[in-house]
Amino acid sequence: MSLFDKRLSEIHSALRAKELSVTDLVQASIASIKEHDDKIKSVLHVDEEGALAHARQLDERLVKENEELGLLFGMPAGLKDNLITKDIRTTCASKFLANYDPVHDGTASKKVKEADAVIVAKLNMDEFAMGGSNENSGFFPAKNPWNTDYVPGGSSGGSAAAMAARHFYFTLGSDTGGSIRQPAAFCGVVGLKPTYGRVSRFGLVAFASSLDQIGPVTKNVEDAAYVLQAIAGHDEFDSTSANVEVPNYLSALTGDVKGLRIGVPKELIGEGIDTEVREAVLAALKQLESLGATWSEVSMPHTEYAVPAYYLLSSSEASSNLARFDGVRYGVRADNASNLIELYKESRSQGFGPEVKRRIMLGTYALSSGYYDAYYKKAQQVRTLIIQDFTNIFADFDVILHPTTPSTAFKIGENANDPVKMYLEDICTVPVNLAGLPAISVPCGFSQNGLPIGLQIVGRAFDESTVLRVAHAYEQAAGYSQRKPEWVRG
Amino acid sequence: MSKYETVIGLEVHAELSTNSKIFCGCPTEFGAPPNTHTCPICLGHPGVLPVTNKQAVEFAMKAALALNCEISRETKFDRKNYFYPDSPKAYQISQYDQPIGYNGWIDIEVNGETKRIGITRLHLEEDAGKLTHSDFGGESLVDFNRVGVPLVEIVSEPDIRTPEEARAYLEKLKAIIQYTEVSDVRMEQGSLRCDANVSIRPYGQEAFGTKTELKNMNSFRNVQMGLEYEVLRQTEVVSSGGTIVQETRRWDEANKKTITMRSKEEAHDYRYFPDPDLVRMQISEEWIEAVRATIPELPDARKARYVNEYGLSQADAEVITISKETADFFDETVKTGADAKAVANWLMVDLLAHLNANNLAFADVKMTAQGLGDMIKLIADGTISSKIAKTVFKEMVETGKEPKKIVEEKGLVQISDEGALRQIVVDAVNSNPQAVADYKAGNEKAAAFFVGQVMKQTKGKANPPMVNKLIQEVLSSL
Repeated sequence: MSLFDKRLSEIHSALRAKELSVTDLVQASIASIKEHDDKIKSVLHVDEEGALAHARQLDERLVKENEELGLLFGMPAGLKDNLITKDIRTTCASKFLANYDPVHDGTASKKVKEADAVIVAKLNMDEFAMGGSNENSGFFPAKNPWNTDYVPGGSSGGSAAAMAARHFYFTLGSDTGGSIRQPAAFCGVVGLKPTYGRVSRFGLVAFASSLDQIGPVTKNVEDAAYVLQAIAGHDEFDSTSANVEVPNYLSALTGDVKGLRIGVPKELIGEGIDTEVREAVLAALKQLESLGATWSEVSMPHTEYAVPAYYLLSSSEASSNLARFDGVRYGVRADNASNLIELYKESRSQGFGPEVKRRIMLGTYALSSGYYDAYYKKAQQVRTLIIQDFTNIFADFDVILHPTTPSTAFKIGENANDPVKMYLEDICTVPVNLAGLPAISVPCGFSQNGLPIGLQIVGRAFDESTVLRVAHAYEQAAGYSQRKPEWVRG
Repeated sequence: MSKYETVIGLEVHAELSTNSKIFCGCPTEFGAPPNTHTCPICLGHPGVLPVTNKQAVEFAMKAALALNCEISRETKFDRKNYFYPDSPKAYQISQYDQPIGYNGWIDIEVNGETKRIGITRLHLEEDAGKLTHSDFGGESLVDFNRVGVPLVEIVSEPDIRTPEEARAYLEKLKAIIQYTEVSDVRMEQGSLRCDANVSIRPYGQEAFGTKTELKNMNSFRNVQMGLEYEVLRQTEVVSSGGTIVQETRRWDEANKKTITMRSKEEAHDYRYFPDPDLVRMQISEEWIEAVRATIPELPDARKARYVNEYGLSQADAEVITISKETADFFDETVKTGADAKAVANWLMVDLLAHLNANNLAFADVKMTAQGLGDMIKLIADGTISSKIAKTVFKEMVETGKEPKKIVEEKGLVQISDEGALRQIVVDAVNSNPQAVADYKAGNEKAAAFFVGQVMKQTKGKANPPMVNKLIQEVLSSL
């Protein structure tokens, strides 16, 4: 069993008993990356020096009497490379920011440090979080640890693949339309997207501001609860962060789901969902039934409009959010420009990859004079209807449950030339972002070709506790979270 | 007279004098070394977020209320997207369809008549940086100190009919904002800026003519001149059978004319949409009332008070109240016990003449309200004559010295000693027999000759009413 398969409480006991040091943990993390990451390419930059220095500081605190240790004390972490980290290169996997070293920490980075976790590395992703396969990384694609011919999902593909490879104790990702949950499902790990506003977005390089949310990727639900506890809460630097009390998430993990009412939208369990995936989810429902929960089929009638509405809104916001990458102050600055317009055009042409360009163009078009009402405004109206769909179901049910993805991971290159097909794969995840709700993906089985399947549990706004409780109860009963790819040390 | 009627609407930007910028904690102070008042947020670095400065919202509400606007109970910020190096995010956070204030008005005074000009809206937004085009190497430099300084944009209805009215509107608007103390409103420092929309139409026609937008008028005088030029230009175009092209034109101060900047076809599509980084703002009745309670007496109210309490004429009260500094100085001087009409006179005639002649601002004046009050009292009690007072006043304005001290130092005390003055009058009469003869022959002007003689003898310090009285007495006793 690897160090990072242990429970956090076990590691903390070992640290206190001096059987282990934080330096040992960090060195194990670095060694794992060095030895195995070539296979999966989940890591973009390792801050070896900084991480070891931080580990030494923590080890010094460990020997002091009565020293209060942070919730994530000593835990090696990897952060998606769109999370701003002071003095650690932050590129969003874009050539545009290939040499960008932030001068400040984002709130999430700051909070994991304050919880005494050690940031070891920054992780691969689809450029600016745009994509669901990690093939859009501006540097190199990450691969699925279960089968490296397959994509790890995206955009937080590095965060999920690195967890499946047990490089870290936890990683952070960001989820705009499924970017934490979908790769977690593809890589057989746990991925949690908190309620919009639960975790500060300050320091998350914006893709679509009204949808983006930072969340943990972990090997099990308990760890997700620990990490969420550390990063959640109101932040004066993010006016969209909610001033809502943060409950104790660990105490929510009771294992009890008796009387729980589960709604299963027929639009997300029937046609369009692979048989293997459907069966795994139905088996999970049976398991929950056996634990005392009940479930009924429900309807989310506006589901078919969710993907187009999502792509219009997210691309519109992205077109504006990414306008700041103009070559004037940081990042790529074209040296062959002879005037201002050329500087903009050349810098952006050289710095951005094709998917980013596609979305900027789509969003610019949708916001243009004469098209705004037909596209952006219409999409906002759809968003309202989708929120209404959820509200209607939550009047009678405690959680909504359905697959995280219509199918398991696809082969690298398989969908690369068909963006629309790729976009439609997001059908199970984007409605949750449009409604701003919390949702988790937990492993619920494997396909015949050995790829993981993810079960998604969606809760009411700010009710991460119920989501975690149900996911944890299921996980304990099902046991899929114990599994990891054969090559991963053990 | 032209058969065309002019239609003008003005868009005024005023920088709010909040302590910090509108969406980050950087200071707003003017004149710091370039790029020292900046942070990752106002520089538009990746991953940063704006947080609204509540003081900026309150200042905007205060200005809106002072301009008789209604306040939106629910409002929001929108992004105005455009690429330019002075805009680090490549969008400006502004307000598109739910401005803080709307439906306001102010009264202006032109040729003794009061006219009401409507205010369409007042909205809050962030200022851009400042570009400098360097002379060497063709480089452009940008200073981001100003980026994120809060601005209000105040848009008037097309109610203005002459360039003169436009100027009066600007002066009144400036005064009102100055009174509320939410902005320095200094055009020369750029904390007050004005663009104008101008069109002409035949008298009696209801539909507006095609308008042009005028930019780059950086003083009240330039606004008036730019508008005058543009009205003439448009009149000539239309009179000679041409049509006005909708475009943006720039006032070229050096050549005193407007020139094409960009046509309608080149106009930006700003792709406004609600800023998802900022939450919608609810403005409660209580908040509005709390802000309203902070609004001081405004120019119109003060003007009415001066007319009613002190008996100043409408015109005089207007001149004094149009500048808050002058009006505050007036009030302070009156408080020292000086006669209000006399104070008004000194400020309007002598002080303004002095400022204009020496191209000075009110802030350059060293004289204190106490000083002016004391001087007026010295005149009233006969210590100095009104004529001597002019000398004292000038010295006081330049040095700020107390009037009594000036009078002592320069030996300017008025001679009111009747015995001494009578001797001087008698001497003058005795040594000018011809003038006495003229007087006796009925030439009244001869008396004035003797006044001059006495003043010459006393270096102007003789008490004038007393001199007049003594001359009459001495001459009639002959």
